[in-house]
Amino acid sequence: MNILDPQGPIGVANKTILIDSVAIMLAIVVPTIVAIFAFAFWFRQSNTRAAYRPDFAYSGRIELVVWSIPALTVILLGGVAWIGSHQLDPAIPVEGTGSPVRIQVVSLDWKWLFIYPDQGIATVNTLTVPAAAPLQFELTSGSVMNVFFIPQFGSMIYTMNGMVTRLHLRADNEGDFQGLSAHFSGDGFPDMLFDVHVVSPLAFPDWVASTARSAEVLDPGSYGKLARQSVDIARPTYRLDDPRLFDAIATQQIPPGPGPHITRESAQSHLGAADAR
Amino acid sequence: MADTTMAYAHIDPHQVRGIDEFGTHAGPASRRIVTGYGFWIFILSDIIMFSAFFATYAVLLGQTAGGPSGRDLFDLRNVAIETAFLLASSFTCGMASIAADMRNKTWFQVAMAVTCLFGLAFLTIEAREFASLVARGAGPTRSAFLSAFFSLVGLHGLHVSAGILWLLTMMAQVLAKGFRADIQRRILCFALFWHALDIIWIAVFTVVYLIGSAQ
Amino acid sequence: MLGKLDWSAIPFDQPIPMITSGVVALVILGVLAWVVLAGHLPYLWREWITSVDHKRIGVMYMTLALVMLLRGFSDAIMMRGQQAIAFHSQGYLPPEHFNQIFSAHGTIMIFFVAMPFVIGLMNLVVPLQLGVRDVAFPTLNSVGFWLTATGALLVNMSLVIGEFARTGWLPYPPLSELTYSPGVGVDYYLWSLEISGIGTLVAGINLVTTVLKLRTRGMSYLRMPMFCWTTLASNLLIVTAFPILTATLAMLILDRYFGFHFFSNEAGGNVMMFMNLIWAWGHPEVYILILPAFGVFSEVVATFSGKPLFGYRSMVLATMAICVISFMVWLHHFFTMGAGPNVNAIFGIASMIIAVPTGVKIYNWLFTMYGGRIRFTSPMLWSIGFMVTFILGGLTGVLVAVPPADFLLHNSLFLVAHFHNVIIGGVLFGAFAGYTYWFPKAFGFRLHEGLGKAAFWFWLIGFYVAFMPLYAVGLLGMTRRMQHYDIPEWRPWLIAAAFGAVLILIGIGFQIAQLVVSIRRREELRDRTGDPWQGRSLEWATASPPPVFNFAIMPDVRGGDAYWEIKSRARQQDIEKQEPDYEDIEMPRNSPTGFVCAFFATVMGFALIWHIWWMVAAGFVGAFATFVVFAWRDHDEYVIPAAEVARIDRANLAERRALAGAAGSA
Repeated sequence: MNILDPQGPIGVANKTILIDSVAIMLAIVVPTIVAIFAFAFWFRQSNTRAAYRPDFAYSGRIELVVWSIPALTVILLGGVAWIGSHQLDPAIPVEGTGSPVRIQVVSLDWKWLFIYPDQGIATVNTLTVPAAAPLQFELTSGSVMNVFFIPQFGSMIYTMNGMVTRLHLRADNEGDFQGLSAHFSGDGFPDMLFDVHVVSPLAFPDWVASTARSAEVLDPGSYGKLARQSVDIARPTYRLDDPRLFDAIATQQIPPGPGPHITRESAQSHLGAADAR
Repeated sequence: MADTTMAYAHIDPHQVRGIDEFGTHAGPASRRIVTGYGFWIFILSDIIMFSAFFATYAVLLGQTAGGPSGRDLFDLRNVAIETAFLLASSFTCGMASIAADMRNKTWFQVAMAVTCLFGLAFLTIEAREFASLVARGAGPTRSAFLSAFFSLVGLHGLHVSAGILWLLTMMAQVLAKGFRADIQRRILCFALFWHALDIIWIAVFTVVYLIGSAQ
Repeated sequence: MLGKLDWSAIPFDQPIPMITSGVVALVILGVLAWVVLAGHLPYLWREWITSVDHKRIGVMYMTLALVMLLRGFSDAIMMRGQQAIAFHSQGYLPPEHFNQIFSAHGTIMIFFVAMPFVIGLMNLVVPLQLGVRDVAFPTLNSVGFWLTATGALLVNMSLVIGEFARTGWLPYPPLSELTYSPGVGVDYYLWSLEISGIGTLVAGINLVTTVLKLRTRGMSYLRMPMFCWTTLASNLLIVTAFPILTATLAMLILDRYFGFHFFSNEAGGNVMMFMNLIWAWGHPEVYILILPAFGVFSEVVATFSGKPLFGYRSMVLATMAICVISFMVWLHHFFTMGAGPNVNAIFGIASMIIAVPTGVKIYNWLFTMYGGRIRFTSPMLWSIGFMVTFILGGLTGVLVAVPPADFLLHNSLFLVAHFHNVIIGGVLFGAFAGYTYWFPKAFGFRLHEGLGKAAFWFWLIGFYVAFMPLYAVGLLGMTRRMQHYDIPEWRPWLIAAAFGAVLILIGIGFQIAQLVVSIRRREELRDRTGDPWQGRSLEWATASPPPVFNFAIMPDVRGGDAYWEIKSRARQQDIEKQEPDYEDIEMPRNSPTGFVCAFFATVMGFALIWHIWWMVAAGFVGAFATFVVFAWRDHDEYVIPAAEVARIDRANLAERRALAGAAGSA
């Protein structure tokens, strides 16, 4: 999950900006810290060789330098921020080889639902994608706010009920990775880890085909069961008969998931959501 | 520290500017100035609180959740009458301030009582509007737009209600203790509060009712 | 009858809260019993609880802060402990409990440790530095303190009656809405902060008015000590930002209590609006905390370098620039919400711009040291520790202000390390420096220096050991608020962080020891000069502690560093000062208004949380009645006759001259 070991172009670009920004700032920060120690040491009271200048309280030249150093640094970094924000906006499509894979993501309590509308399948807590292909995510939440984050692929993005956010990534290397939710969403939040399998572009259609033979169908009924508060350790797969399911969730035609099962106790005691697990 | 009282029209301009005849800072300001200043800062903070509700109203203006919008609900004639009462009450409050400066108890009490009546009239009309909206199924729980409407207008109404409580307390204070210096300062603050509420109401009926009716 | 409240609200089956509450209850009862039985209650009531003296109120604010630091730190060490062991395991804190702990930790540290600490320092020091007798509104000052204490009380009550919020220290909807948080936890949070928010606002109004309208003769704005400028900026921020918090929490209350739809998922509610509103308050809030700390450092570095502050006007400009810009950066708290590149970039750049005046301040402190004769007392150590630590925290802050970097680091432990870096390294170190620096002024004796230095070193090293690993584990992808985890790479760092927390605990132990030892050895640590550090500003012209009226004659100021100027002139001219013309002094009378009002506020708050509506009404009536009773009093001041003023002042001056004579020139 090391963000400094990116596996795709977005992650690489984000990391480059991160390292470059730190380097620019260290160029100022390190000499300043050295100066702090140096001045503190040299001008200690016991050092009789140091000149005591009790009237030295203003210098226009020093002021000029002192305002300029941070200002110039900020101008430089500001440029990095402007260019970087535009180039790495999550909504900008990423190029790649092969046809783009559309993945619709729904964050639930406390699991991730991945719908592949073009392939007619859906999975929970497992994301399988072909290497080097553009990945086009549309994200929403079935209940509370979450953040979809695969650290080694790059940028994260919020998920919110009633709204659709967009993210574009690409995974360049085959392998197994992990993602998580980066926004606290309740008692089952730490279990919102999901597996990411990057497979070869040749193996991907086979995986799609075998998943399409799943026994279970993802429809409003089975979705409703998923939307109830629970932690899913099984990794169910579904076939998707109606590709408009995500739109129904995102526009709230399917209402947001319920909260904890409310008993008389949970309404007033410390054990609020215990019944949900 | 001399306690300058109500000779506001005759205060030495140098003292108002806080600078003495030698051009240096003259020292702490008088009690009346300090009190008034502090209350202005409070009003500033209150206006910011209202701004948050105004901003919320603007964001949620279109979120009617399939329910009624401003155009369907707002009765501008009603609003005009409410506004007239509130503006009139500001006028009578100004009369009360002048009476207090002239230390005329009778006129003070009369002006305050009329202010109170106008304020209560405003509140009554507003309460009836709210009740009728709720009865029509357009209460604050109907949609985000209505939540924003009820809370913004309601917050103003709550301030007016608090103002009326304060008004009655000031009437009682003057009745019991006359125009003592500290009571004069409180009357100053009350008047500032009452007039500020009027200004906020102007913003409310412009943003909420006039602009909201166009939706 | 009692709303939602019944016996199931008390977590009899959970050992940790039960034992903790039991111990705390015993301690409180023990202290109360000692106070009453030893006959201290009348003194306590007369001199502290009903006091409207800014010095007493300042001390009470800081006492509240230090006590709540213990509670907030207990939460912290519990969290570090949990994360150190919860690898492939549920640890010892189930999610319901862990989630309350991190929420309480943040809430308490920000609202009931950092805020009261800086407000307490400002209250204690600013009127003295301005050469006046009290703040603008002394009784209101007392009300503000006691309402803050009410908020703290309510949060702590949630430990044993009901639960606390499980949403994090900012209750983001929809998680904080009734649907997903049906318990009373979020309500405890909301009412506690609404009530203490009134207290904070009152303090803000008071201090702004004091700085702008109550300064002694000759003290124009550009002759004020730097601490007063940062007080002004910080309180302007309070006055303009806290109403937004009040409004936003009120909206969440309306959603939860009356089914409104500001932030709900249904009927058009908008969760993004909550984020915008709460951070429009939240960002100025952190500047409210740091600006007074910057002010402390300006005072401390100048005093212990034996030089005036370098670049005073530049510092004033920088302070006011920070004040204004702090309102323009709030979106950097949610770059990843998808606002688009232009918006993200603009707010990112604005966030960097605010680093410019901050950088200027660091350099100006650096050049204050240049050419000085630096004494490494513990306040100076805190200051140097701050300068280094805060620069690093600022670096990571500017880093996450770059949106593409934030796309990797948002909500991670890297972010957690960043804000602890600046809050501990900045606010807390500043608070500790100010506490040590002004303690002798408040109480008349210094704090034990050796134990203070030990505390500093354990805090400094403990901070780095606790938080540098969190930067690392954030770079390894770990997000915040995880009750357990399965990633093996994270574990060693979290264990190291837990060890750092233990070092900080030792530092806190030294601070407690320092206080106890200093009180017991107060005669040998006594400061009889009123000026133990060779200070530069007017508070050091008074006795330690100052008489209730601060200055027998309000001083005439002729330049910056007012007291240094007075001392230099006195030395040069060797004047045997002729005795001034003492006059009667009017001081505000004590009042129980603050305490009683807060009592009713506590009743109302508790009743609102548990839906006990008759009790809410009763509380409201009580609070209103308290104000009317206060408004009805006929005597709001009492007179200290000139003879008494003269007696006190002569005694103080005599003591000071005796010591100056014995010691030779300073």
